[in-house]
Amino acid sequence: MARQAAAILLVEDSADDALLVSKAAEQTLGGVRLLRVPHGIAALQYLEGQGIYSDRTAYPFPEIVLLDLKMPEMDGFQVLRWIREHPKLKRLPVIVLTGSTLEDDSERAYENGANSYLVKPCDFSQLVETMKHFGEFWFGGTLLPNSGQ
Amino acid sequence: MGKRVLVAEDDPSDVFFLQRAFAAANVPANLHFVRDGQEAIDYLGGDARFADRTTYPLPDLMLLDLKMPRMNGFDVLEWLRIQPGLKRLLVTVLTSSDQPQDINRAYDLGANSYLLKPHSTNDLAEVVKRLQRYWLELNRNPVLLNQ
Repeated sequence: MARQAAAILLVEDSADDALLVSKAAEQTLGGVRLLRVPHGIAALQYLEGQGIYSDRTAYPFPEIVLLDLKMPEMDGFQVLRWIREHPKLKRLPVIVLTGSTLEDDSERAYENGANSYLVKPCDFSQLVETMKHFGEFWFGGTLLPNSGQ
Repeated sequence: MGKRVLVAEDDPSDVFFLQRAFAAANVPANLHFVRDGQEAIDYLGGDARFADRTTYPLPDLMLLDLKMPRMNGFDVLEWLRIQPGLKRLLVTVLTSSDQPQDINRAYDLGANSYLLKPHSTNDLAEVVKRLQRYWLELNRNPVLLNQ
């Protein structure tokens, strides 16, 4: 069986930001699929494979979650807590990608079990750099846990 | 100011190659070494001979071997993640084990990331560069108490 391409689940409520992150990822993360859900509830459904997300060919289980913090209904902190308390998903690496530079937010993200915290740059060329280093680290030799299967 | 990296590694030749790799990669970091898990805990906890934080500062990143005498890397992670002032310290496991049970257990115990020790000097310099760019530059670090 051919090896499946690695997948990232991007949880991001802003369509504009999601587009910029996808474009930056396209330029830097060759061979990695980026799939996006627009809010926290959809992230839970995606990770559990509910509804349309039961089709794991179209919606592969991700190696890594890129998580925005400020989202309506269920925010990133709640998603993080849910993942860390989930018996099958608890070790899934979650990297926060947010516009917030507030220390309160980064402290709370680590408190809730984030593996890493990245600030989303406003400038597109800097976002490309961020995605490049993100990809080089997490998909360039880092060993990732098994979760969710 | 260079960032501080604490390396917990019992094998003297691995220590030697890591020092060389940091120098070769031109990484402006202050390296501190401890030889086993117990010494890592003594260092981080500021026990007796490590009480002077000018000489033995709290690190920005810890590189943690898994198989070590006295206390191993898993023991260190378990201890670390319940210490009020230290629990968010960034930890990257650097080990020669690629066993899934070790990888899973390390992430379960709160490792931020997990890397395999490369065999060649060039690959090790490359790993060190990636660690530096990601954990010491790009990532926004947590705040530790007493820092």
